[in-house]
Amino acid sequence: MSSRSEILGKIKSLKLEEKPLPETPVFAVSPNLEESFIYSILSNKGEVWTIQELEGKIHSGTFPKVFSALPEFKSFSNQELPADPHDFADLDLAIIRGQFGVAENGAIWLEDVDLGLRAVPFIAEHLAILLDRKQLVGNMHQAYQKVGMTESGFGLFIAGPSKTADIEQSLVIGAHGAKSLLLILT
Amino acid sequence: MSHPVQAAEFLQDAAKSKWHDETLWFVRDKRDKISHTIPEWEQLRELASKIKDNVLGNLDTYLEDFERNASKNGIKVHWAKDAEEHNSIVLSILQEKNCKAIVKSKSILTEECHLNPYLEKSGIEVVDTDLGERIVQFLNQPPSHIVLPAIHLKKGDISKIFHEKLHTEEGNEDPTYLTQAARIHLREKFLGAKVAITGVNFGIAETGEFVVCTNEGNADMGVHLADVHIACMGIEKIIPKREHLSVFLRLLARSATGQSITNYTSHFRSPSAGRETHIILVDNGRTAQLGRETFRNSLKCIRCGACMNTCPIYRRSGGFSYESTVPGPIGSILSPGLDLKKYSTLPFASTLCGSCTDVCPVKINIHEQLYAWRQEITKAQGTSGKSLSMKLGNGIFKSPLAYKISGTLMRAALKTLPDSLIYNPLNSYGKSRDLPELPKESFKDWYKINRG
Repeated sequence: MSSRSEILGKIKSLKLEEKPLPETPVFAVSPNLEESFIYSILSNKGEVWTIQELEGKIHSGTFPKVFSALPEFKSFSNQELPADPHDFADLDLAIIRGQFGVAENGAIWLEDVDLGLRAVPFIAEHLAILLDRKQLVGNMHQAYQKVGMTESGFGLFIAGPSKTADIEQSLVIGAHGAKSLLLILT
Repeated sequence: MSHPVQAAEFLQDAAKSKWHDETLWFVRDKRDKISHTIPEWEQLRELASKIKDNVLGNLDTYLEDFERNASKNGIKVHWAKDAEEHNSIVLSILQEKNCKAIVKSKSILTEECHLNPYLEKSGIEVVDTDLGERIVQFLNQPPSHIVLPAIHLKKGDISKIFHEKLHTEEGNEDPTYLTQAARIHLREKFLGAKVAITGVNFGIAETGEFVVCTNEGNADMGVHLADVHIACMGIEKIIPKREHLSVFLRLLARSATGQSITNYTSHFRSPSAGRETHIILVDNGRTAQLGRETFRNSLKCIRCGACMNTCPIYRRSGGFSYESTVPGPIGSILSPGLDLKKYSTLPFASTLCGSCTDVCPVKINIHEQLYAWRQEITKAQGTSGKSLSMKLGNGIFKSPLAYKISGTLMRAALKTLPDSLIYNPLNSYGKSRDLPELPKESFKDWYKINRG
């Protein structure tokens, strides 16, 4: 007998009582979504920048290798999207656009179509995410309503930079992924 | 070795054990603070618990749904009845890909299956990429906590092993410096690995996708650079619908570390073009636990570690004292189901204070199950030293005369007997405990004199 039928057979033989799925009620959300969202992002150690600040830093050479497929940053992008993500090992900055943000925790939803390559938001040394300030929801229940039944092969909430506290619970930003998350509300 | 023996060893370093206790309590406190900002917190716990009730009552159907939908998405689904089969499936995929080095993000399941030593025996280099896990891997230790793998170590210990393994400056204990060294070291491993292994936080029956949560981004760094992704999932990690993620994700990170969400929450639905995703659905004792009505609820666990952070015993005895992959209160109700004899002391490593139950985001009645396991273990083991004294006590309480005489005798005896006799090794109750100060007379005698 295959392990599959053995496992399923064992479960079926228990004839467990079926219990109904509960309905999730509607919960109240923050009256000021933008304020809550920014508070959450900052708590996660993200940063809030203006588009001018980002442009200024790029101009001054803070980020030598920049990738962006966004029309508004096309002129700053000096890297083409490679076929192999390994070629982005020394990418300094990626600029992408998020679909929407969640006020209660600062999470920003992204799908394959927003990333180019799935490795982009992780392998880049710094990550800037543009987000339309009208695209904010209150909590995770609303977030998944918005995600709906999308069929993207990969979906991702990013809520801050890569971080760890594995050494004596001291918070360190920049573990393996992007060392900063720069949020730009448009 | 038993839990009390291991715990005594942990407590030898008083300063370190005090730090351990206080640090975990600090994490527990962060959990309290953030959960109090969510007015519907208790409703969320109730919802999560009920969703899991529904899952456990329909696990076969949900697993079949998951398999069908995942296969439709191009994910290869494997089934493993035990740890050995799980390990051999992983190895066969690696051999097929001719892969000699892998990166692995946090997965309690692969620890439970002892995957690392199994693969290493076959000449495969396994690199744990979670920083805490890499640290304990360097020291040839298992994680001592499921969320904070290196919480038993001080930065001095980490500085020392990094100096040895990564050639960092001797004596440099700065966490930022040490993390940066690990980042450079692991970056090379990420770039070199053809296969990445991850655990799974949630598998969604409705869509056939699975979700992995990290703060470091190490799971994604591994997966998106590798040709092949192998995800290892216990069969109880299934949830019915995508929308249910909202309930669990609101609870998970807040309960674990007091943050509102992990910085990365990745939904893997299908592999990128030209790549492969495998998922291994593992039983390894879970169906047996499902059949135990009293302990079935333990399978609701979402591995947040809150019960460990709050437990007065875990905080003061350290994760290793449990000698079980999942330590702490939840481990003490899961592990006896795997091996009653080996883990027979764990359900006793509790004050039954119920704090674990109070913080559990899926409302597992942990302390009641600890108590229930004690009954099972006593039944299986027969009489012990403690139970002999209980029988003696039972006889004394049954006879009023015996009760009266024994009281007078004990008061006299305890006053005159030397401590060495009272606190001798046969009296396990006397270990680390002081007897209460004795009254001069019994309540009955006192009443006669003062109120009679």
